Amino acid sequence: MTLAQAETRPLMDWDWVWRNLDDIWAQTVEHLVLTGIAIGVGLLVSLTLAAAALRWRHLYAPIASVSGILYTIPSLAVFAFLAPFTGLGLLTAEVALVSYTVLILVRNIYTGITGVPAGVIEAADGMGYRPVKRFFQIELPLAAPVIIAGIRIASVTVIGLVTVTSLLGLGGLGFFILDGLRRSILFPTEIIIGTVLSAVLAAVVDLGLLGIERLITPWQRGRA
Amino acid sequence: MAEGSGLSMEFVSDVVDWFSDPSHWTGADGIPQRTLDHVWLALLPTLIAVVIAVPPAVVLAHRHVGRFFANALINVGRAVPSFGVLIVAAIFFVRAGASLRFWPAVVALVALAIPPIFTNTYAGIANVSPALVEAGLGMGFRESEIIRRLELPVAAPVILAGIEISFVQVIATVPLAAVLSSGGGLGQYIVRGFAQGRGGVAETFAGALLVALLTFVLQRLFAAGERLLVPAGIRRLTDQTDQAAT
Repeated sequence: MTLAQAETRPLMDWDWVWRNLDDIWAQTVEHLVLTGIAIGVGLLVSLTLAAAALRWRHLYAPIASVSGILYTIPSLAVFAFLAPFTGLGLLTAEVALVSYTVLILVRNIYTGITGVPAGVIEAADGMGYRPVKRFFQIELPLAAPVIIAGIRIASVTVIGLVTVTSLLGLGGLGFFILDGLRRSILFPTEIIIGTVLSAVLAAVVDLGLLGIERLITPWQRGRA
Repeated sequence: MAEGSGLSMEFVSDVVDWFSDPSHWTGADGIPQRTLDHVWLALLPTLIAVVIAVPPAVVLAHRHVGRFFANALINVGRAVPSFGVLIVAAIFFVRAGASLRFWPAVVALVALAIPPIFTNTYAGIANVSPALVEAGLGMGFRESEIIRRLELPVAAPVILAGIEISFVQVIATVPLAAVLSSGGGLGQYIVRGFAQGRGGVAETFAGALLVALLTFVLQRLFAAGERLLVPAGIRRLTDQTDQAAT
């Protein structure tokens, strides 16, 4: 696919935007769904791996280095690696997206939990907390800011990567970017809408998660 | 597993055939030339971003102004999709009637590379201990000497970590430029393979192997280079600590 033509349509064709609001909304929702699946599955995988690493500490280094290598493989290459096995579609996209979330999430869950001060743990033990109750009522809440920081970074990263999954034929805001590029005459409005909305979506999700963090960690309020 | 049969020996031999086809090793579309293109397309934008981002970050951090800007920049940089930036850059080049093979990608990649370099440089310099700066002043260092002989060497590992983050991100984004034109380094094989659907699976897979290998090798080379650039005394101090989280 080569673009040779120098002519393009106006940068922002607002008429197109108003006429296609429904479609824009639908692709935005699709973008959120694709992101949500990746974050949800990524959280499940990461919680499992982090739990294993917390139980058997020597597992953390290998888990971190394998997910670190996965993280540096370009998204396009990951899609291409998976394509022969999982086809061109949703499964390929999600496996790739989940693999990107794992490094960020495992690292933050693990460091969040291990960062709980030993004195707090001792105090809880002294108060008669059993390990399971102590984990859910003391360690997890205290680690919440670090874990949510990981979820925020993972979500923003995945929202950006979902624009690339349009190359696999999936929806989301990347659809507009690719469609604007593939018209016989380049259509900037679609490309700009896809790019800007993806950035806005990332910012909104980031702020939303920050709000959730504030809500569930009331003791943090008032700190810088 | 609709493509279960595609996993057979046949698929492996298709990939091997692709690699052993002599036409894939010569000319502008051959693996050696595309590898060079890929490296150059990753190196040049990273270098330009260093030249643009490091001096202002150093000066601002030295004066302790603009912390909010430095933090906001990294967040904005993360939120903006690289795929979109690449194609938005192309719009302006198409309007100017310019070729899409090289410069739109360079401009977009520079924009992507700036935030991590700026933010890490800022953090590295701003976090240099005030006691060290005072000691420098006590020794009669001028302001420029404090920056050059004190703050820059101490902050070197954090600054280089930022450059590494950007470099890896740029290498990973280069293949997406293949969507625009015949450029995009080794990414061209992947995009071309995708466009052929099932018939292009072997080429896509071969391209992915090459891209992943190149990314890995370049990152290792960069990490080795980093060790040479960090003063030995600082290296001993920071070897234990993790690099800045991305």
